[in-house]
Amino acid sequence: MTSLKYRRVNVSDEHHLRNGALKAHSDLKQGSNNLKNGYHVTEKVQKNGNGDSFYQPRVRGEDSFEEAPMYVAVMTYMGYGIVILFGYFRDFLRAVGLEKCHQAQEREEQKDFVPLYQDFENFYKRNLYMRVRDNWNRPICSLPGPVFDVMERVSDDYNWTFRLTGKTIENVINMGSYNYLGFAENNVDFLKTVAEETRQYGVGVCSTRQELGNLSIHEKLERLVAEFLGVESAMAFGMGFATNSMNIPALVGKGCLILSDELNHTSLILGARLSGATIRVFKHNNMQSLEKLLKEAICSGQPRTHRGWKKILIMVEGIYSMEGSLVRLPEILALKKKYKAYLYLDEAHSIGAVGPTGRGVTEHFGVDPNEVDVLMGTFTKSFGATGGYIAGKKELVDYLRSHSHSAVYATAMSPPVVEQIIRAIKCIMGVDGTTEGQRRVRQLSENTRYLRSRLKEMGFIIYGNQDSPVVPLLLYLPGKVGAFSRAMLKRKIGVVVVGFPATPIAEARARFCVSAAHTREMLDKVLQSLDELGDHIRVKFSRHRPSRRQELYNETDFEQDS
Amino acid sequence: MKHAHAQSRDSVKMAAGQQWVLVEMVQAFYEAPAYHLILEGILILWIIRLLFSKTYKLQERSDLTEKEKEELIEEWQPEPLVPPVSKDHPSLNYDVVTGPPSHKIIVNGKECINFASFNFLGLLDSERVKLKALLSLKKYGVGTCGPRGFYGTFDVHLELEERLAKFMRTEEAIIYSYGFATIASAIPAYSKRGDIIFVDEAACFSIQKGLQASRSFVKHFKHNDMEDLERLLKEQEIEDQKNPRKARVIRRFIVVEGLYINTADICPLPDLVKLKYKYKVRIFLEESMSFGVLGEHGRGVTEHFGVNIDDIDLISANMENALASIGGFCCGRSFVIDHQRLSGQGYCFSASLPPMLASAAIEALNIMEEDPGIFRVLQDKCKHVHKALQGTPGLKVVGEPLAPALHLQLENSTGSRTNDLKLLRAIVDYSMDRQIALTLARYLEKEERFLPPPSIRVVVTVEQTQEEIERAAQCIREAAVKILK
Repeated sequence: MTSLKYRRVNVSDEHHLRNGALKAHSDLKQGSNNLKNGYHVTEKVQKNGNGDSFYQPRVRGEDSFEEAPMYVAVMTYMGYGIVILFGYFRDFLRAVGLEKCHQAQEREEQKDFVPLYQDFENFYKRNLYMRVRDNWNRPICSLPGPVFDVMERVSDDYNWTFRLTGKTIENVINMGSYNYLGFAENNVDFLKTVAEETRQYGVGVCSTRQELGNLSIHEKLERLVAEFLGVESAMAFGMGFATNSMNIPALVGKGCLILSDELNHTSLILGARLSGATIRVFKHNNMQSLEKLLKEAICSGQPRTHRGWKKILIMVEGIYSMEGSLVRLPEILALKKKYKAYLYLDEAHSIGAVGPTGRGVTEHFGVDPNEVDVLMGTFTKSFGATGGYIAGKKELVDYLRSHSHSAVYATAMSPPVVEQIIRAIKCIMGVDGTTEGQRRVRQLSENTRYLRSRLKEMGFIIYGNQDSPVVPLLLYLPGKVGAFSRAMLKRKIGVVVVGFPATPIAEARARFCVSAAHTREMLDKVLQSLDELGDHIRVKFSRHRPSRRQELYNETDFEQDS
Repeated sequence: MKHAHAQSRDSVKMAAGQQWVLVEMVQAFYEAPAYHLILEGILILWIIRLLFSKTYKLQERSDLTEKEKEELIEEWQPEPLVPPVSKDHPSLNYDVVTGPPSHKIIVNGKECINFASFNFLGLLDSERVKLKALLSLKKYGVGTCGPRGFYGTFDVHLELEERLAKFMRTEEAIIYSYGFATIASAIPAYSKRGDIIFVDEAACFSIQKGLQASRSFVKHFKHNDMEDLERLLKEQEIEDQKNPRKARVIRRFIVVEGLYINTADICPLPDLVKLKYKYKVRIFLEESMSFGVLGEHGRGVTEHFGVNIDDIDLISANMENALASIGGFCCGRSFVIDHQRLSGQGYCFSASLPPMLASAAIEALNIMEEDPGIFRVLQDKCKHVHKALQGTPGLKVVGEPLAPALHLQLENSTGSRTNDLKLLRAIVDYSMDRQIALTLARYLEKEERFLPPPSIRVVVTVEQTQEEIERAAQCIREAAVKILK
């Protein structure tokens, strides 16, 4: 009878730094291999227990989720309350004709059809989203690099429609794009091969992989991805979202169980739903919750029939895009082994962005990537292209080649896009003969640490892991969301703000994506603006004390059973 | 007592709003005998007890000890993540194309004439399109590094949307970064749980996935059979009369393809529009195969039939066939289309289309607008191919003469799908050896709701010459004679 012990380690700050980019190579050799029950997180760096294994578990920083003061929550709900009341009032005005309704209307001929939209959804859009609509979908007219040009637009009817003024706001610092390694670039020398492929191939393929759309460069890309990730085989797909939604149904089906993190991306949820498998959700990154579900699932089997589950698939992400938290990979791997489940790891945001050489969370934690059953990732972010991949054992990829929805029904990847990915991966791997890729990986990690630590010093509430280049800054109040984003744009900084329904209703936030292409000057300008603005609109909510949420993770030495 | 009971029961049956029911009940209470009241009192006490007693869970009842649980966990053996795939699985070994998949295509090392890629208008090879893509690449790089909402909206996206809307003569268009995701996201943006979708049996896979994602009630009608559709609509009408309150909130949609990819025939759109207004159902039309193909200006099946495009609630198509780029779009009235900007999952949650691909699509649209004669040429070629393939021994041509992607099916099936596929594959290989590139139409056999019979796809493009078409037809005939005996 095993008793599972989680031992969370309080890691000192200087130790964190040793975990950083290139230095970590030396750490590799020292990392202890103290995997007593399969998933002990090691206490500090110890002497080497098992020297012949390359992959060594590594200490990682904690995810932090500081809680806001109570008054903020109260004010947030009050804010929503006021907006909703106003919404009803204005709907009333619209109904009696005192206010003009700008909304597009149903055709006269179809007025007696069943209404196409439910009222609440429209209420939210009409009365809440419309007030702050100018903060999203801002059109840009340049490369989405570290700075971009935003097209100025104005609204003459309170955000119902926008008119482009023809002016551009130039050189806005881009804190919004997922350009982690700076591969969104238009340097002619770097893009030489991409231009060549465009000249040779054109942009389309006009067929599916299984029919006549399997180009040799697709296969070249797949071999390279597999090599980069250190696994047997890989397959690439034309859209990151569809990589999840069109492949999960090929892996699991009726009689299978999916255990999904509550904060998983929509594409994972859609894929799970399309698969027909039973879905159960565990609390975000909470190993107790996951283990409880695993145990219960195996002991009581499928509902009603109590037949055993055919297979259990745990679905997690490497970096959660709205929280900036990192998956607790070593613990999940241990649970997966103990309960014989399979692991689907979505590295959309983490591939290229974490790990000493940019190989994602497996490398970050010093875990053998072959231990993860399904490695999924996208090319949209770190590689500055588009599409996604699934990698793993050869049997897995062969099965997908013959059964993936995408391979059979969707047009194959565009050749220039393929070449861009090849170019980026080669650069990261250093096979292009330069150290540029590694410089970028290191730079990203430095920039991330710098921005995060400075923001914390300033007293903002910042979510997530210190190594995650996704940096959410909590704004909470709905009124501050719009104000924040507009004021930042005035200071020529483009930020992303998100609120309900993308986040919990009381946790609206701004999100910065750090890039290796950001210079220190840019970050300093952003930080300075944030400092001023944070005081001005009062969003420095941090009280520098450990939150309740964190304590949950820090629970030490609890006995699971016996 | 019986009387009182019956009376109270009757009074309950009556409409609840009537005030005197209460009076009747009080009266009945006085009339009832004592033992009856006692019995009812006990029953009430019992209910209260049940309400306040501790609820138990099924699990707690099972007497599994920790040890037994451990054993169960120990014993449980999952199935392998994926079943093994045999090395010679027909869909595992892909044909490899080296170089561009244009009119001349190199398949498995052999140069062939392409009768398999959906490059209907030959725009894949257009130097103009390539040039525009290159210019765009120089300015924007490749990826957009973000969804449309978060700085992933580029001026070229706005331009492409405007151009598509103008081309199709609709109010608004919205672009997706993946053809498959277009209709698959559009359907669940509108149709939710409880709504009803009437869909053609031959609908393509991305429609099927859209239906599944919507979790709506799906009713299939026989392929292009308007009587069958009307039968279903009538059934629903009767159903609605039973419960008019519910019927007022159930949305209904008909989802059809303009030109079916699986059967290569055209939907009877004018009849559909009539049914639409008769039964008040909205029409979603998938035009991936007909956009840039049918109609005088390539506007698709609405133009082909001269149907007012406003009568169609939503049209979707991909930009991966005629436009020879990547991605897809939906168009229609702003009232309908704009909703997807917040509710289309593949739109909101996916990175936007790389600007160079959008630029290529714009240039392809330019070419289509400048030279509408190209559609005439394509339609003539389609008719030519359709005619040339008639009378191939052992094979039947499935599809309309105007369809740019026909199916060749076996006249007499061997009775097993695997063997049929082997025979057809032999014909494809034979042709490939003689410089004619064809392909089998691929399906996921276990996933398709109505699996189409095995077939060879023959794709017509404007680049194929008279002579090449004759040669291809000749080659297929020879292969059929040789292989099918």
